[in-house]
Amino acid sequence: MDLTLKVWRQDGPQARGRFETYPVQGISADMSFLEMLDIVNERLITEGVEPIQFEHDCREGICGSCGVMINGKAHGGHERTATCQLHMRTFKDGDTIVVEPWRAGAFPVIRDLVVNRSALDRIIEVGGFISVNTGSAPEANMLPIPKEVSDAAMDAAECIGCGACVAACPNGAAQLFTSAKLQHLNLLPQGQAERWQRTVAMVEKMEEYFGGCTNHGECQVACPKGISIDFISYMNRDFIKGKSLNRRLGGQGLAK
Amino acid sequence: MVQAKPRSTVEAAVTPVNRRPKRQLPWPLNLYQTAVGKKWVMAITGVIGMGFIALHMFGNLKMYLGAAELDHYAVGLREIAYPILPKENALWLMRGVLSVALVLHVHSAFSLWAMNRRARPMGYQSKRDYIAANWASRTMKWTGPIILLFLAFHLADLTWGFANPDFEHGAVYNNVVASFERVPVSILYIVANLALGVHLYHGAWSLFQSLGVNNPSINWLRRGFAALFTAVIVGGNISFPIAVLTGIVG
Amino acid sequence: MVTLDARIPDGPINEKWESHRFNMRLVNPANKRRFTVIMIGSGLAGASGAASLAELGYNVKVFTYHDSPRRAHSIAAQGGINAAKNYQNDGDSVFRLFYDTIKGGDFRSREANVHRLAELSVNIIDQCVAQGVPFAREYGGLLDNRSFGGVQVSRTFYARGQTGQQLLLGAYSTLMRQVGLGTVELFPRQEMLDVVTVDGRAAGVVVRDLVTGEVSSHAAHAVVLATGGYGNVYYLSTNAKKSNATAAWRAHKRGALFANPCYTQIHPTCIPASDDFQSKLTLMSESLRNDGRIWVPKDPADTRPPNQIPEADRDYYLERMYPSFGNLVPRDVASRAAKRQVDQGRGVGPKRNGVYLDFAEAIQRLGRKEVEERYGNLFEMYDRITDEDPYETPMRIYPAIHYTMGGLWVDYNLMSSIPGVFVAGEANFSDHGANRLGASALMQGLADGYFILPYTVGDYLAGLLGQKAPGTDHPAFVEARKGVEEQTRRFLSIKGTKSPDHFHRELGKIMWEQAGMERSKAGLEQALRDIPALRADFDRDLRILGTGDSLNDSLEKAGRVADFFELGELLIRDALHREESCGGHLRIESQTEDGEAMRDDEHFSYVGAWEWTGDGQPQALHKEALTFENIHVAQRSYK
Repeated sequence: MDLTLKVWRQDGPQARGRFETYPVQGISADMSFLEMLDIVNERLITEGVEPIQFEHDCREGICGSCGVMINGKAHGGHERTATCQLHMRTFKDGDTIVVEPWRAGAFPVIRDLVVNRSALDRIIEVGGFISVNTGSAPEANMLPIPKEVSDAAMDAAECIGCGACVAACPNGAAQLFTSAKLQHLNLLPQGQAERWQRTVAMVEKMEEYFGGCTNHGECQVACPKGISIDFISYMNRDFIKGKSLNRRLGGQGLAK
Repeated sequence: MVQAKPRSTVEAAVTPVNRRPKRQLPWPLNLYQTAVGKKWVMAITGVIGMGFIALHMFGNLKMYLGAAELDHYAVGLREIAYPILPKENALWLMRGVLSVALVLHVHSAFSLWAMNRRARPMGYQSKRDYIAANWASRTMKWTGPIILLFLAFHLADLTWGFANPDFEHGAVYNNVVASFERVPVSILYIVANLALGVHLYHGAWSLFQSLGVNNPSINWLRRGFAALFTAVIVGGNISFPIAVLTGIVG
Repeated sequence: MVTLDARIPDGPINEKWESHRFNMRLVNPANKRRFTVIMIGSGLAGASGAASLAELGYNVKVFTYHDSPRRAHSIAAQGGINAAKNYQNDGDSVFRLFYDTIKGGDFRSREANVHRLAELSVNIIDQCVAQGVPFAREYGGLLDNRSFGGVQVSRTFYARGQTGQQLLLGAYSTLMRQVGLGTVELFPRQEMLDVVTVDGRAAGVVVRDLVTGEVSSHAAHAVVLATGGYGNVYYLSTNAKKSNATAAWRAHKRGALFANPCYTQIHPTCIPASDDFQSKLTLMSESLRNDGRIWVPKDPADTRPPNQIPEADRDYYLERMYPSFGNLVPRDVASRAAKRQVDQGRGVGPKRNGVYLDFAEAIQRLGRKEVEERYGNLFEMYDRITDEDPYETPMRIYPAIHYTMGGLWVDYNLMSSIPGVFVAGEANFSDHGANRLGASALMQGLADGYFILPYTVGDYLAGLLGQKAPGTDHPAFVEARKGVEEQTRRFLSIKGTKSPDHFHRELGKIMWEQAGMERSKAGLEQALRDIPALRADFDRDLRILGTGDSLNDSLEKAGRVADFFELGELLIRDALHREESCGGHLRIESQTEDGEAMRDDEHFSYVGAWEWTGDGQPQALHKEALTFENIHVAQRSYK
């Protein structure tokens, strides 16, 4: 199939960006979107034009490296699909495809379609863990965890940290990412000891970099893992509790 | 926890867009220093507003029972909790709560809007294509001000009276009829109520998210509740000017 | 002259690690602060090792070429992680896991290392559960297990089809905790391009900032490489696009021996390539072979759609050739059989490069619902990639490079032949012999990182107490920095016509053709002529646009491809010298009468470790003899 590609090109973090238009001929419908970009790049190199820089690695939808806005939708807007899992057969011959990097104040463009998502790591390092040093773990089956709880934690833990939730959110909020990371740990019994301080620390760090949630729900449809905004709701509840509860005297009862 | 310093040239490029407050206020004011807390306040004040709007609408249905009933209801409002409290005290208390709620609702909305703008200083240069975000959720920042402006007019028209030439204190029924007999006022009233409906449709669902009321057994009801609530309120409110204009009431 | 001393502790096999731990020297807490350890890579081994060392009190610097440590390719592992917990009461034990691993590795791994791995497997699960890894559970709330290829017990722990992701996120979270505490300094988007040695010991590394192109040096008392395998030397593999062998290879060129490069693992159930621009291959879990039946049309000229080919015209070749194991033969046997069918022209699909994996019988037997329950997510993934519905038409599969057992040679302490350079995870050669069992890679990476490095690195550092590490102004650092900058300049100045990807693809074709599933003397010798020719073309005709001082994907790629050329050549040379068939390495000259792999224990029961002797020179071979005191060595048979 033949396509027209409109791609955001930007030489560096400070440079002014612009859209460039490239006609693309002879694309097979079985190619993935990133393979199509590979081909465009091969041709650009032959023509002496610097190839389009884009982030990618595993190409099977699990590393979270890739991600661009395709025709105004994060990862192209297909259910549970990362950019690398998007296939060209979802486009029609003659289509114009507009490709733009994620946009957020916390995601400055490094070059072309590559943005810096390290703000997500900053959120994790203030609390996205269970403090257990190597060697101090008790026997794994000491603590039975109901299957429903474990499954719910796994639903949250599937987050690949691609940043599509931020990109898709009209407010540039990272609530889906933060709440998924929080609730993965907050739902599990192992995570209870640090639950409230984790929630407060991560939410406050998140708010330094990102916008606020106004419940559009755009993030959950953009999420390549289909993570639900229910987790945002749980996070909101835990945050208010974390700010209000008496942790010293609440004892185990706090873990409600 | 430790404030991490930038670790490479790449990371140095990412700076926070929102300042942390210099000092934490005492509880519960510290909640309002965060965006999640502001959303919580917005939801609570929204619930207060919804309660008011619902009672206001149901009370005004008295109009269909005639002038005497409606006027008597208006007097009754002033006598709530009488004789435990002096007359009008409860009414003023409610007015106070409503005013504070309104101010907080508007302020939290405005400061979240400002925060969200800082969070994306450079917007998308190509056309966005929204999937889940609906018209209601994306127009909150427009329906809100419309409702606010209308509220000012509505008070001037039917509470203080200076926007209503035929206003007579205490004659509620006559005031309403006189106001709605002016066609532009009725149109304004209907338009504002449609904006209110759009606002409510998102808000009445959204408040569950913001308050963290989330349970799979009730989640399916949330959209329905919002739709039903909106339909009842808007339907009831819009019926008043229509009833006046068509002569059913008057 | 290098001497290979594996430093295996004395004593009975089950007491070696225990007594070694006691005999290793300790560093007191106040002194730990004085030592700096550099960790290259942030996958399972890297993240877990860095976090554990930092918890002990060492200063740790972690470098990754990714934008975040969580992107490392460990994240893509699907199936699970083995541990000898014996929760199922089915007869598992540390010794059985040890035995299965040695046998699965076709008797080409070190007994002591493998036994230690089996012992530590138990602790890994405890550690991961405590970190919050949401392993699958039974309704009673206890951990669930499943069975995995080639063994008779259920010892595999899993988290849906994303076990690697969950384990990596666990290790990443402990790493980020240390970053937050300030004990680990994290350097994302920095690629290690050289190891610096002073007086024969590790002194630090040279890295390049991928965003600014800045080349900088970092001094340390010890350097740990946890940089993964070299499967991408074949271009098409299930590895991530950025996975590369550069860090390991640069260490090799600085004196670290490279062991058993010819031991590569081919995974039988991948989706075949669809066109020449295919960028990578996608793995489908091995578990599909539990219910799917593999077949090809009997007649190569048969072009009917699969559903219209009657039973009589189908050849279920695995069931025919291996009646007792059938479709469940080990990975290497299944892969070779598929290749032979395709080579005989009986391949299926538009490019005739696959074999059918048919679920029609399973759907009839179990019902569609049950099949969906077991394999739904895999079927969906297949459908998404190929646009074919596996419920209606058989899947097409073909083997692909998946894992590399070979790697930098290390002793029992995971230290390479350069003192102070440690190698962990897939990057070292140590535990899997000539073939890795399913669900063992995650186990090895975490055992190395959580439970071995913290002791053995400490033991090494204890010997350095009171010695100041050479600073980055030492001539060795200056020379290494210059070398790296010079390479960048050279790539940019060639100004030829072809992209690095072009050369990588061509190299991959040679590697896959001559050193893929079957290797012959003639083919390997041909490759030894083809690779240098391609390399010469690369040096003459490479085209890198742009500059060295901004993000430049093709420039990064060029350096990695250049190293793959050299590594590929060594892989070929190793395959050529090993005139036997073992595990993933099959020499067609060394087969039984009915076409099965035949080991030659008399001549090849050793680790082949190669020493770099200079540019353009063939490496020198060193042999570490393998002895088996606890396990009876036998020929594998799956008939």
